[in-house]
Amino acid sequence: MAHRAYVRVLVDVDEIGKIRPLKIFWEDGRGFEVDRLLDVRMAASTRVGGQGMRYTCRVRGRQVYLFEDEGRWFVEARDVPAGNF
Amino acid sequence: MRTILHSDLNNFYASVECAYDPSLKDKPMAVCGDPEARHGIVLAKNMPAKRLGIVTGEVIWQAKQKCPNLVVLPPNYPRYLRFSRLMRAIYADYTHQIEPFGMDEAWLDVTGAGLSGEVLADRLRMRAREELGLTLSVGVSFNKIFAKLGSDMKKPDATTVITPDNFRRRVWPLPAGDLLYVGPATRRRLAGRNLRTIGDIARCAPQDLRAMLGKTGEMLWCFANGRDNTPVMAADESPEVKSVGNSTTTPRDIADEQDAHMVLMVLSESVAERLRAQALRGRVVCLSVRDCQLRCFTVQRRLDHATALASEICACALELLRARYHWERPLRSLGVSVSALQSRDDDEQLCMFPDAGRERRYELENAMGDIRRRFGHFAIQRACLIGCAEIGAINPRDDHQIHPVGWKNA
Repeated sequence: MAHRAYVRVLVDVDEIGKIRPLKIFWEDGRGFEVDRLLDVRMAASTRVGGQGMRYTCRVRGRQVYLFEDEGRWFVEARDVPAGNF
Repeated sequence: MRTILHSDLNNFYASVECAYDPSLKDKPMAVCGDPEARHGIVLAKNMPAKRLGIVTGEVIWQAKQKCPNLVVLPPNYPRYLRFSRLMRAIYADYTHQIEPFGMDEAWLDVTGAGLSGEVLADRLRMRAREELGLTLSVGVSFNKIFAKLGSDMKKPDATTVITPDNFRRRVWPLPAGDLLYVGPATRRRLAGRNLRTIGDIARCAPQDLRAMLGKTGEMLWCFANGRDNTPVMAADESPEVKSVGNSTTTPRDIADEQDAHMVLMVLSESVAERLRAQALRGRVVCLSVRDCQLRCFTVQRRLDHATALASEICACALELLRARYHWERPLRSLGVSVSALQSRDDDEQLCMFPDAGRERRYELENAMGDIRRRFGHFAIQRACLIGCAEIGAINPRDDHQIHPVGWKNA
């Protein structure tokens, strides 16, 4: 099972309003740099539910879906073990 | 030939809830109104609940009898509105002629979009699934009526195409009641002439239908034969308002005329305020009544002059109630609406002996409106409402109420 884990995110907003996530913070405070932004599109999360702008990020060699849902950000997290992407 | 799509978001409220909590997808679940405020009916249900026979509009306890482990959720209207807006944004990628019908349905005129109706319908369904996590049923046809019928034929997540070549085969065997505007009363009258399917209506002589049902009869004949040519209203044209109304189910039953007077006053005030906000007046007052056994009726009366005065609307509604209802049972809900609207600035027949009090009552109600705008709805109240906190606390104007818009343009 997986769940929606709401996270703190450091983003960059450019002059035309384009948003780029730079760093994702896990609830224990650890930060993970977004190495590369692969794709941005509107999407629903079929795994954990929720809907919004979906940023497909590469973090430490793995592909992570980061969703912006009405101003809050979440990732699709596995229930165990917690805290690792 | 036009290409019209009718798109219907399946089990809309319930699907949005499932999109947020996928674990609900396999459990019977229903979005229900608040039982405390006596709005405790099923507003929407998901597929597992539908399979157990739960229907929209039934009371929560009835639904729970059919399914004791039914998951009941309160409605989240802001979220549904957001999804509705997002879906419209997707439609807008293909056409600007979008006519919404409630929050979850819309007609699209995609004539000349460069793609066939069916391909476009499939694309809309794919985008709804991927981008919103919702499923759509889409009807594709050459008019609005058949497009709507098509979207009802296959659910969920399906495209149905009705063409000039196949509509006799696909549409005509359907029961007459499936056609838009054939309600229970019309259906009974048609059945009296042994007109039971849409094909029966289509094959009937239009003058016979006209004799039976008036103008509506001819309209139904046109619909059944695929001759509906009503346009899809573009997204930026708002339809002309035909009536302004409010209704409420009260927190407790309305037992006598005094209670009813208070409720009618609250509703009339809201209607009058909305009329004035749109610079309108109306000549016909309509009252709808529902008793505690859910029996209901509506009555209306034409006034001598157009009005936007709460006191006049309320007085007329109360007279209508007195004339038609004799308190065999307490009432559950009341509704007041005003139609035959005209602009406030339209010419009006002058009266030989003008009622000087009327101008003053307008000034009074305008002043009340100003106070409410500045200090909130409950900053000023009519004395007749002070006795009853429950009814006085109803604020139909600002309470969140969402209804599908009426559609009849004919």
